Amino acid sequence: MKKTLLALLLVLGLAFSAVAGSDAGTVLLNAAGATFPNPIYSKWFDVYHTQHPAVQINYQSIGSGGGIRQLLAGTVDFGASDRPMTDDQLSQAKFKILHFPTVLGAVVATYNIPGVTGELNFTQHAIAGIYLGTITKWNDPEIVKANPGVSLPGDDIVVVHRSDGSGTSFIWTDFLTKVSDQWKSQVGADASVKWPVGLGGKGNEGVAGLIKQTPDSIGYVELIYALQNNMSYGLMQNAAGKYVKASLASVTAAAAGAAKAMPDDFRVSITDAPGATAYPISSFTWLLVPAQISDASKRDAIKAFLKWMLEQGQAYNEGLAYAQLPKPVVAKEMKAISLIQ
Amino acid sequence: MSKLRLLWRKSLNIVMLTITGVAAFAVVSVLFMILGYLVWNGGKSLNWNFFTKLPVPVGETGGGMANAIIGSLKLLFLAAVMGLPIGLIAGVYMAEFGGKAYSFVLRYTTDLLNGVPSIVIGIFAYSLAVLPVKHFSTFAGGVALAIMIIPITVRSTEEFLRAVPSSLREGAMALGASKWKTIATVVLPAASGGIITGVLLALARVAGETAPLLFTALGNEFWSPGWNQPTASLPLVIYTYAISPYDDWHRQAWAAGLVLLALVLVTNIGTRLVLSRGGAARSG
Amino acid sequence: MGTTATTIEAAPLRPGGGARAFIQRLRNGDEAAHVITLVFASVILLITTLLVWELWVNCRLSRTAFGFAFFRTSTWDPVSSDFGALPFIYGTLVTSVVSLALAVPLGLAAAIFLSELAPRRISDIISFMIDLLAAVPSVIYGLLGIFVVVPMMRTTIGPALKHTLGFLPLFQGPNYGVGFLTAGIVLTIMVVPFIISVSREVLLTVPRDQREAALALGATRWEATWKVVVPWARTGIMGSVFLALARALGETMAVTMVIGNDPKISASLFSPGYSIAAVIANEFSEAFSDMHLSALIELGLVLFLMTFILNGLARLLIIATERGGGRPS
Repeated sequence: MKKTLLALLLVLGLAFSAVAGSDAGTVLLNAAGATFPNPIYSKWFDVYHTQHPAVQINYQSIGSGGGIRQLLAGTVDFGASDRPMTDDQLSQAKFKILHFPTVLGAVVATYNIPGVTGELNFTQHAIAGIYLGTITKWNDPEIVKANPGVSLPGDDIVVVHRSDGSGTSFIWTDFLTKVSDQWKSQVGADASVKWPVGLGGKGNEGVAGLIKQTPDSIGYVELIYALQNNMSYGLMQNAAGKYVKASLASVTAAAAGAAKAMPDDFRVSITDAPGATAYPISSFTWLLVPAQISDASKRDAIKAFLKWMLEQGQAYNEGLAYAQLPKPVVAKEMKAISLIQ
Repeated sequence: MSKLRLLWRKSLNIVMLTITGVAAFAVVSVLFMILGYLVWNGGKSLNWNFFTKLPVPVGETGGGMANAIIGSLKLLFLAAVMGLPIGLIAGVYMAEFGGKAYSFVLRYTTDLLNGVPSIVIGIFAYSLAVLPVKHFSTFAGGVALAIMIIPITVRSTEEFLRAVPSSLREGAMALGASKWKTIATVVLPAASGGIITGVLLALARVAGETAPLLFTALGNEFWSPGWNQPTASLPLVIYTYAISPYDDWHRQAWAAGLVLLALVLVTNIGTRLVLSRGGAARSG
Repeated sequence: MGTTATTIEAAPLRPGGGARAFIQRLRNGDEAAHVITLVFASVILLITTLLVWELWVNCRLSRTAFGFAFFRTSTWDPVSSDFGALPFIYGTLVTSVVSLALAVPLGLAAAIFLSELAPRRISDIISFMIDLLAAVPSVIYGLLGIFVVVPMMRTTIGPALKHTLGFLPLFQGPNYGVGFLTAGIVLTIMVVPFIISVSREVLLTVPRDQREAALALGATRWEATWKVVVPWARTGIMGSVFLALARALGETMAVTMVIGNDPKISASLFSPGYSIAAVIANEFSEAFSDMHLSALIELGLVLFLMTFILNGLARLLIIATERGGGRPS
């Protein structure tokens, strides 16, 4: 009985190694990071694998903070973040890291208010107040006056934010810092902040999940998460004072200035961009790639993917509500790929 | 007055005893409710796709958990290969060879290891098996699970070895067998039923562990070849899908939960039945 | 032809035959077997020591930076690298206490039923099924927590509690569905099997004559149980409570899925909170600064110590009951 068990175990083990063994010539890349672009990345890596079966890119969306940390620890081949790395973080790395913008996206305020199906307008003051905890009810005058004709309940607002280190949080808090002095002094902008109020969800997915389940809640997610789950999202007041809905056009408008004056390292913030049609909480999102990759097959695979992403991958963006990169940016990035040695 | 008091005591008696019965049945009914919910919500989603396909891009439907199922099996295999020998042989030591003092220390340490929260074991496995080699891997996940399996196995092995009647041991030695021969050919076979059930229960226990895999096996959207790549696993996928907003993922999470629970329950029930039958035969 | 020694400790049969007996033992493999099994067993010691050492060493940064203030401060600010463990310790303790408050009466009542009232066969079957509850993986409890308990809390349980007990600070404030109470309820179901199985066992070891003496004196069944049998077994029952507590403290997945993940200290049980295990699970893989990572590991060490102490106490109490028959002191 024991002998047969042992034999069975051995056979199973060999079977696993066989089934699970890697074929020569396959390049396996592991990446981790932002949840903001996860829908488009998972689409890209899936399509790319179908077109290039020898390359398998496993992307785990654990949050921008995780992407940066694991990249620095060397446990992933490249990372992804909605927040460009700070000088401080870059100096902590033992190797040079290059930023490659991939898509343009929007962070929207999505909500679940029983009885309210339409789109709400949010003033900059209102959204800051909600997240500071100074505005606590849905029928607060600040919200009501921006939405004439909508009957808002007197319920308490349930605020939702990220519980993990998040580039999306950075984009959101970056915007709040620019539009609210109180937020600037009290909280600041970062991937992980001391939230004055609210529940924490893990990843864009967790925040969307919480909002879907919790009445009277509001939270911030990348646009596609609200769209894919049929969740209502609000219009945000931009620098020009207009209420703008997040869309391909409004996000592209927000990036117009940066497109013309993109810095060489591609690190730029486009929140609260000027322009009447610009959506104020837009952002690029970046892949973080080491400048030196010693494994030749991995290096070539990454460079090939980046090229594909800039030339063919962009065609998938709009299907998932991300805007395409502006042409000048694409051209600049193509040149930057050669920096990867 | 004393009649009233008697009445009071008698009614209190009935009421309290009924409450205890209700409590017991309430607890048992929770088990059935859990099963019911999983079967109801997960049964519908258990289809061919679920078992054979890989996950599809976020937001699309039709994906499956084939890689998570294989991933879990691989992790269990590693945990068994790395953890069981240590647990079994250590159990043999403590039951057969150990000196009083050292055995006490070992037993205490085993209890200590058993009580370590699984998330802390995850941290430990990360610093042990991920950082030094700079990648997440099935192997690291296996290490974490192996560490959890060891104390459970030690305990049950020791218990079942001790339960072997000394008459068997003495008989063998009277016939001239050395100690280790006695253990190998007489004691272990006698306890083998119990030890195997202990092993299966331990495997069922770690099969459902999620926390230690968070920073070791990480997760994988594709197949994970070999042992050095990150891998998907059932509990991790259940967690990720459950907290997401996608209905399709929720359905898959229920289905995966059903599969996992079914495996765990079948193992527990099966081994218990075998044990009780074997035990009845042995206590003759 | 020497005789074989049956134990290593056995003295050689002939004076001065020490060396001979040693070679004999060596030849028949006992010494080797002893050494091999000893080595494997010592691996456990090695692993555990290494684990504690790694934890201790890797949190040096935050230990030296905060000292004991770590346990008193409630700020958790990765931006300014200011960390305090209080909200997590609070959350861990509150959810565990809530779960015990619910699980102990429930578990004890069920254990009493199973040991005193139910016929042996039924008792065995029901105990078995309750043991199965203990085998259910944590993530499945989390799954049920999100989709069953949280909505129930929001729509039924919460409002009912507010209506009846809303004057207590415990049940004031907004009710989101997730929070301390929800986590406590999920934990209750997870720890109740431990209380039941251990309590049932210790209740069964109470000598029959104790019960019979009480009944002979005219006590009702309940009185005999509550006033004689249960006190007899009380140290073992305490042990089961500590065991359950240790389990509740370390629970990760089920808690993080329903607690709200907000490092707040609040008197209200409806408030979202955070636990040590949950924050480690959420923040470990992305803690950027070394100080952040160190603070998380220090939290892990704290949790480890808490469970260690509780498990130790539990073991002592249960052993004491088994040995001394639980004689009330």
